[in-house]
Amino acid sequence: MPKKILEHFSVEHVQLLNEAGGIDPSDRFAISQFSEKRFKDFYESMALIRAIDEKALNLQRTGRIGTYASIYGQEAIQVGCAAALEVSDWFFPAFREAGLSVLRGMPIKNIYQYWAGDERGNVASDHQHDFPVSIPVGTHIPHAVGAAWAAKYKKDPIAVLTAFGDGATSKGDFHEGLNFAGVFKLPVVFVCQNNQWAISVPLSRQTATATLAQKAIAYGFEGIQVDGNDVLGVYFTVKAALEKARRGEGPTLIECLTYRLSDHTTADDAGRYRSKEEVAHWLKKDPLTRLKTYIETHCAWTETDETLLKERVNQQVAEAVEAYELEVPLDPLGMFDTLFETLSPELLRQRETLVNRLKEEKDGEAQ
Amino acid sequence: MNTLSLIQAVNQALSEEMDRNPEIVLLGEDIGVDGGVFRATDGLIQKFGESRVVDTPLSESGIVGTAIGMAAYGLRPVAEIQFMGFLYGAMEQLVSHAARLRSRTRGRYTCPLVVRAPYGGGIHAPELHSESTEAFFVHTPGLKVVVPSTPAEAKGLLISSIRDPDPVIFLEPSRIYRAIKEEVSEGEYLIPLGQARVVAEGDDVTLITWGAMLHPTLKAAGLMAEKGIHAEIIDLRTLSPLDSETLICSVEKTGRAVIVHEAARTCGLGAEIAAQLCEKALLSLEAPVLRVTGYDTPVPLPKTEAWYYPDCARIIEAIETVVRF
Repeated sequence: MPKKILEHFSVEHVQLLNEAGGIDPSDRFAISQFSEKRFKDFYESMALIRAIDEKALNLQRTGRIGTYASIYGQEAIQVGCAAALEVSDWFFPAFREAGLSVLRGMPIKNIYQYWAGDERGNVASDHQHDFPVSIPVGTHIPHAVGAAWAAKYKKDPIAVLTAFGDGATSKGDFHEGLNFAGVFKLPVVFVCQNNQWAISVPLSRQTATATLAQKAIAYGFEGIQVDGNDVLGVYFTVKAALEKARRGEGPTLIECLTYRLSDHTTADDAGRYRSKEEVAHWLKKDPLTRLKTYIETHCAWTETDETLLKERVNQQVAEAVEAYELEVPLDPLGMFDTLFETLSPELLRQRETLVNRLKEEKDGEAQ
Repeated sequence: MNTLSLIQAVNQALSEEMDRNPEIVLLGEDIGVDGGVFRATDGLIQKFGESRVVDTPLSESGIVGTAIGMAAYGLRPVAEIQFMGFLYGAMEQLVSHAARLRSRTRGRYTCPLVVRAPYGGGIHAPELHSESTEAFFVHTPGLKVVVPSTPAEAKGLLISSIRDPDPVIFLEPSRIYRAIKEEVSEGEYLIPLGQARVVAEGDDVTLITWGAMLHPTLKAAGLMAEKGIHAEIIDLRTLSPLDSETLICSVEKTGRAVIVHEAARTCGLGAEIAAQLCEKALLSLEAPVLRVTGYDTPVPLPKTEAWYYPDCARIIEAIETVVRF
């Protein structure tokens, strides 16, 4: 039967800063506007969010917070996205973007507070247009699309970025969200942190496609894969996509290929389902090591600089832990107080029951 | 005053509110050029344009999910889901997100969203076009559930739902979209949410119902009145929050209650109402609280669906039982 080709497609992969911490001379034009300070700032941001993450794991092990989802190994994506976003843009995280949230302005304390089980940790800073984490996988993707739609409707010159994992690309809401974004040509950037594991299920069980980036083609917009451990590649790719969105030229899917060096959460044991060799292989691609090598070579980064940086980030983390531990206890009545703008008589009665119960408890303690 | 059907009242409410507030956007399947499968949005795309009356992809979770993002951003989305039976695709968006957004962000984000859906049976429609599963949503903290029973009620309650600062599931009884017409006030007409309506006063028994079931209930009450039994009829209007005060006050007077709903019986809203009456009006009760409901089966297809719903005979039987108890 005669056939003709209707569509061709190809998928591009971006890498600027290679695994050896170098940039190919032919690519150096991309960073010509980058000052030494910029490289060092990127490195410091990565070091900060790694320190925040290490502290969270430590707090969990010592029983001071609950289950926590580590970002270890995925720092380059979070720093690259945060640097590319404008303050006025909106951000819709999944639950493995603690670093990105902090770099957007979320107090570090809030990360510990949320994972300790205190809703106040979800409350972004006043200047932040960021949603709280989404615990159901991928269901926040349509929210980002809806916000982008509202921004377009109001003619606000902003873009929206949402992040999610490789597992989310198997969900219906990934399809529904990206499809809407394509149909209505909305100013939204979809960042997939493809860390290759959804708890114990490997990428090969999420998709039969060679890349996740190519899924964008079926929604009628551009998809691109970037080395997710290359902060520069992520930054330039996300920045270009956000600018395209703000120009009204529609959405982009960016697959950031990385690896979850940690367990899924502190409640998981990744040793049950993946090899030490695989983890060791990816440890060699550590995004921090890579950028450190670059700044040592090109920006005169010294051991003293490194020591001072560690002191600075550790200080910030220590202050956040202190602020978290000094926080006034969460008022149990909070479960009622922001459920609706106005509570119904029945909810007021139920609230009163809790008020009385709390009073009894307090009186009991006083005696 | 205009004499309108329920569907025309919905249309008028949407149109007038959209005139008043440019932040209201309608989205759903076939709501634009086609005016909605029941014509609830007929003419609105011509009046307000396709940026405000949006024909979306066939995508229930996409419709409700994007509407949540729009609402959080500052618009007032009114989403239409074609039939209640198709709302389940958006269940996670409603239960896990819309209902919780305000409380899980301690008020930093809110979700002023209305999801409209025709519900209930009796229109000889295909499978899953006759669902009455309002209890799913009433059971979900953080959602409001509103069900009008007449054209004027539909207008007043829909306007209040659109202006409400929290997410509202607005269920329209498709069986009576065109079956009854009544005078509906033109212009701003609001019925506050959370207040039941005493449709008829009586001393012998309280009949509690909502939506399309109001009409067989009224008919049954009329027949009972001829026998000297005078029923007080309460139309809930808002299922969540439930106006328990009005119900209790009435039962304290009548001592008897019959709840009529077309939803399946077990864990239907009638169970909650009966429990509240037992908790709060036990000493006034002269008889058990009875429920006349759909059966605990899927709603049958049109050949036998009529046998599923409460009808006048079943309602009368329940009234007679509690009166004679």
